[in-house]
Amino acid sequence: MTTGTTASEATGSATGGAATGGATVHLQDLSRAFGATKALDGLNLKIAPGELVALLGPSGCGKTTALRILAGFETADSGSVTVDGRDVSGIPAARRDMGMVFQSYSLFPNMSALDNVGFGLRMRKLAGAERKRKAGELLDMVGLAAQAGQYPHQLSGGQQQRVALARALAIEPRVLLLDEPLSALDAKVRLQLREQIRSIQQRLGTTTLFVTHDQEEALSMADRVGVMSQGRLEQIAVPSELYDSPATAFVAEFVGTMNRVPGELRGQREVTALGMTVPVQEGTADGLVGDVDVLVRPEGLRVAAEPNGNGIVTDRTFLGSLTRVSVRLSGDLLVKIDKQSTEAADMLPGTSVSVTLPSVAVLVAARA
Amino acid sequence: MAAVADIAQAGTAAPAPRAVARRRERPQVWRWIVLIVVGLYFAIPLYAAFKFAGFKAFTKVFGQPGFSDAFTLSLRLALVTTVITLVLLVPTTVYVHLRLPGIRRLMESVTILPIVIPPIVLIVGVLEISPGFLKASPYLLGLEYVVLAMPFAYRSLDAGLRSLDLRTLVEAAGSLGARMPVTLWRVILPNLRTAMLSAVVLTVALVLGEFTMASLDLYQTFPVWIVNFEQSSGPVSVAASLLALIVTWIFLMVIATLGNRRSGKAGGSAVTLFSVSRRDIGGSE
Repeated sequence: MTTGTTASEATGSATGGAATGGATVHLQDLSRAFGATKALDGLNLKIAPGELVALLGPSGCGKTTALRILAGFETADSGSVTVDGRDVSGIPAARRDMGMVFQSYSLFPNMSALDNVGFGLRMRKLAGAERKRKAGELLDMVGLAAQAGQYPHQLSGGQQQRVALARALAIEPRVLLLDEPLSALDAKVRLQLREQIRSIQQRLGTTTLFVTHDQEEALSMADRVGVMSQGRLEQIAVPSELYDSPATAFVAEFVGTMNRVPGELRGQREVTALGMTVPVQEGTADGLVGDVDVLVRPEGLRVAAEPNGNGIVTDRTFLGSLTRVSVRLSGDLLVKIDKQSTEAADMLPGTSVSVTLPSVAVLVAARA
Repeated sequence: MAAVADIAQAGTAAPAPRAVARRRERPQVWRWIVLIVVGLYFAIPLYAAFKFAGFKAFTKVFGQPGFSDAFTLSLRLALVTTVITLVLLVPTTVYVHLRLPGIRRLMESVTILPIVIPPIVLIVGVLEISPGFLKASPYLLGLEYVVLAMPFAYRSLDAGLRSLDLRTLVEAAGSLGARMPVTLWRVILPNLRTAMLSAVVLTVALVLGEFTMASLDLYQTFPVWIVNFEQSSGPVSVAASLLALIVTWIFLMVIATLGNRRSGKAGGSAVTLFSVSRRDIGGSE
């Protein structure tokens, strides 16, 4: 399913002013099967010049296949890939002018950091001195000028990925492809590197497709995030919209934390749950009748200490300004609720509380 | 009594340093015993051969009729065999790893056949099907040696490729604009240097020591010359064998040392025969 905000054909209006160059990329009706498994099932995606789009999804959803088809390492069974309006489907990877950073360390072990960065320039017949100057500049850009003479085995994982980024950017690619480049790094380095990648990408204005299964990475780096499931785009939108107005139950539950509370539909516009009736988000109740689940984020549910309430606090986790309170409702249903830490002092485990829905329109899904 | 208890307690809390040292020494002692036994197993025959030949025989070896021809033929065959083996097997092994990983087990079975099939069967088959001009050339032996060397060379190259993330390296080079031949030359081969040197070491050692095929093909390679010459002068023949052993050993050491020195700089692996373990490639952040 592809939905409104999203949808497949939407271009990156949210790119912002940082974009200065890059190409327009258009994936049209891409399908690819591996045996009986459909990796891509009619994927449509348009990326505006200078935009960074992240494809997010669980393993096997087809995000890497889409990126590899764009890179030229895989061929689609049907559909087309155009860059600046030109169909590149028949062009080999070596002639697509797309820089790529891989998930695994992909530096050439026999070359120094400088030679790795200069490799693509060498393939473009750039003279030795000019090549070294440019490769040096790029290493400087990723903060590794001092490591120019070092070999990959002498660099840390984070440094290797920064060299790989410099190498991919050295060829001034029309499109930059990032295939989970941070997944092998530890949390601290990952955070530093994602900020660096975003800052460089914005400065250069390179159209970028970033594949990840880490929603925090996708939401923090991308202009738009496309959530994929079973070879299709479920929704593509700016991060805030994806979080606040998920188009489908899959997106709602995949992005962020989501509670499922049993409820009963009253027509297509209202639902009753936790003893109250609230409006239903438009379109989400289509095709549903009777028993459903109401999907509410931890910050959406209301909780207050109340003797003989409908739940008991089982646990609480301090998260800084917020505290996440776990409450067991009748029917052995566990929900998580975020409260300002200053207001959660009395929410000790064992406390009787009353949990209620927000009065805004809620998302509903078929009963799990 | 209290003093006795203290001593006993001290004894249980921390074993006597001498006992710990003795325990540590034990494996060291066994290591040396094994080393000495194995060393003697190899050294005694060599010593006996040296004793039998005597010093004088070594000085006579180089002037013996047929020596230089046999020796240079063996060297030429080693060169030809090595070149053909690498030209055939490197692209094949890379292709199998890259495009047909599913048939790697089959390749392992196929490449072991020259060891399983007796050389006499191989040579009879080769002589049966070879065209006349090849039968007249000593380089037919080179082609036969390629088959004989295949099990060893393939395993060296296979081990080398398994230590690389080949697909990622090839795709990375491709995304930077390199076509496959350039990727092979600039990326794969330099990182496969150690494995190729291992293959060369094994191939050269095999060619310099092979007797059966050369003898049946009626070519006087160095091992055949040694056996033939034994009938006219035993001590000189034995001296030649020892010289061949030393020369081969020095040759192999030079190849291995050069390989280790060059690949060590780039974090590559040591030259070993059937396994290649890369030195700490991944960073540890």
